Amino acid sequence: MQRTNEIIARAKELLASGEVNRVLGWRKGEYSYDQSPAVFTESNIDELVYDDFSTPNLSKYLVKETLKEGKIAVLMKPSDSYSLNQLLTEHRVKRENIYVIGIPAESEIDLRKIEALGVKGITDIEADETNVTIKSIYGDKTVAKSDVLLDRSINGKGTKHVIYDELLCCTEDEEAVNEDTTSRFDQLKEIEAMSSDERYEFWRSELSKCIRCNACRNVCPACTCRTCVFDNPDSQVDAKANTTSFEENMFHIIRAFHVAGRCTDCGECSRVCPQNIPLHLLNRKFIKDMNENYGEYQAGAVEGSRAPLVSFTTEDIEPNAISDGGKA
Amino acid sequence: MKKIAVSRLPELYAMITASQKLYLPVENGGKAEYKEYSEGADVALEAVNTVKSAKDFIFPQSEDLCGFKVTEKTIEVLDLKKASEPFVLFGVRACDAKSFEILDNVFLKGYLDTYYEAKRKAGTIVTHACNAPDTSCFCSTFGIDASDPAGDVTTWTTDDTLYWQANTEKGEKLTEAVSSLLEDADEKAVEAKKNEIKEITEKLPYAHLSLKGFDEYNKENLDRLFNAPEWNELSEACLGCGTCTFVCPTCQCYDIRDFKTNDGIKRFRCWDSCMFSDFTKCAHGNMRNTQMQRYRQRFMHKLYYYPDNNEGTFGCVGCGRCVAKCPQHLNIVKVIKKLGTDGGNK
Repeated sequence: MQRTNEIIARAKELLASGEVNRVLGWRKGEYSYDQSPAVFTESNIDELVYDDFSTPNLSKYLVKETLKEGKIAVLMKPSDSYSLNQLLTEHRVKRENIYVIGIPAESEIDLRKIEALGVKGITDIEADETNVTIKSIYGDKTVAKSDVLLDRSINGKGTKHVIYDELLCCTEDEEAVNEDTTSRFDQLKEIEAMSSDERYEFWRSELSKCIRCNACRNVCPACTCRTCVFDNPDSQVDAKANTTSFEENMFHIIRAFHVAGRCTDCGECSRVCPQNIPLHLLNRKFIKDMNENYGEYQAGAVEGSRAPLVSFTTEDIEPNAISDGGKA
Repeated sequence: MKKIAVSRLPELYAMITASQKLYLPVENGGKAEYKEYSEGADVALEAVNTVKSAKDFIFPQSEDLCGFKVTEKTIEVLDLKKASEPFVLFGVRACDAKSFEILDNVFLKGYLDTYYEAKRKAGTIVTHACNAPDTSCFCSTFGIDASDPAGDVTTWTTDDTLYWQANTEKGEKLTEAVSSLLEDADEKAVEAKKNEIKEITEKLPYAHLSLKGFDEYNKENLDRLFNAPEWNELSEACLGCGTCTFVCPTCQCYDIRDFKTNDGIKRFRCWDSCMFSDFTKCAHGNMRNTQMQRYRQRFMHKLYYYPDNNEGTFGCVGCGRCVAKCPQHLNIVKVIKKLGTDGGNK
């Protein structure tokens, strides 16, 4: 609550001074856990909230917001700042229309993990530094916060903001230090250890749960095509119905290729999937392979950087070195 | 009233599958999903909501309508309608059972949709009372009783017994087919169960939503709702994905498309979503150009247009799937609270 008040106070100053005319943040939900992204002005800025449930990545909203008149202040979590940098690299947002306020990395709570605990009839969720108490009509339950965090709060990219105009979390010196974030690739070990057949079966069973709602694509800050090829009737591949049982599998594989080198690993795809498909693992595997084959690269870390797949160097790995299902 | 021990349910399922297909909620990676029953299936009868609703079996996500075979200068029209084999949908919740009535009004009244009708006639609906209604359940708002669902057969479970009540001719027929497994029962345990469920339902967070403001169908109220400035705020974070519409048991909009095959064309229909940018796109273009307009369409349809056309029956059954699944936490409850004339509170 103190954090929210600080942010609201600063937002009010920026609005009053005319530095910005809108603020992009999160609006309080009906309960403590259903916050939505929202644009605020002076008249409704008090509805803003920033806590463990302010989860949606705001960067992509800037694509449409920066087309509007005036400057918008955006609340930027460390992880989401990579997405904004990537959008700037791709010239999809107007930098001059954005005022970036770096806010601290929250410990974001994953409602799916709470659901998976079997708690039903939730009326409210309270979180402190270490514990989360879930109130329900069937009784209350307290769990360790570390057990119900979003993947990016455990296996994230650290606390560093890669772009900001001001910080509301820490000094620039504190900010300059970032922890080692390679642990996020550990999650892939299990899948990499599978045989080709096992891996095929794993992805086949996961991807076949897809209902083609396109939530993963629409939330993805790397997916900013004005009209997606799958929505364009002239493309001949627009698909509202699957012609084969492999089609939705292909959709995800193609999408992963399309965002390879541009995906910052923000994890929104997995967060929004109504079927809990671990889509971020596909993207993360691409990132890991690119690191190994073309040298370390983090999309969005540096504005204007060229991704490994769109820049050729004579040291690049020969395509034929990657054979046998990528095991070479 | 009949009964069977819960431990003997696999025998019941097996007996049903001897004569027809059986679809029921099955555990699927931590979620329940309607699937065809096979021996040893991990049945999730007590899971309150499947991810997708039971609608799929009557109004599938995609189905072939007809084909066109082209041979030189002649075009032959092929009937691709598949004969509907009898099937049983088991474990359907009160909300989903009500959704069939809502779909019937669209597909069976006035213009008769024979594709829908064939599947509707072929299916026997066995419903199941909700022992543990969940966070986003609000069927009571629409007068639906989770403790006493409709359907051809209604079932209830206590700790170790499933109670079985046939309601229709179809239900009687199914009861007959499995009668060797069923014993006679009195209604005492079921009555107690019903009361227990009713008490739980009362405590649910969204149990007492008021629909005041969506109950008058005249130009004045239509204008008030349609032109409400609140739609901008309600829809501003909408991603335009189809999650809410694809998990919805009452969304009925579909698109008809042609698929080019080697020697002709297959014409199919598939679920459409008013959230999609090409929704109702026609030759002149699109009549709802912004996401706000498309978002408004979804809720106006459920809360105003549908009841206006169907004697006050709402086009929502309060299953809560869209409430639970919207990636950005936008939902019909927030719409009702914002645009209801008493803020959604009774």
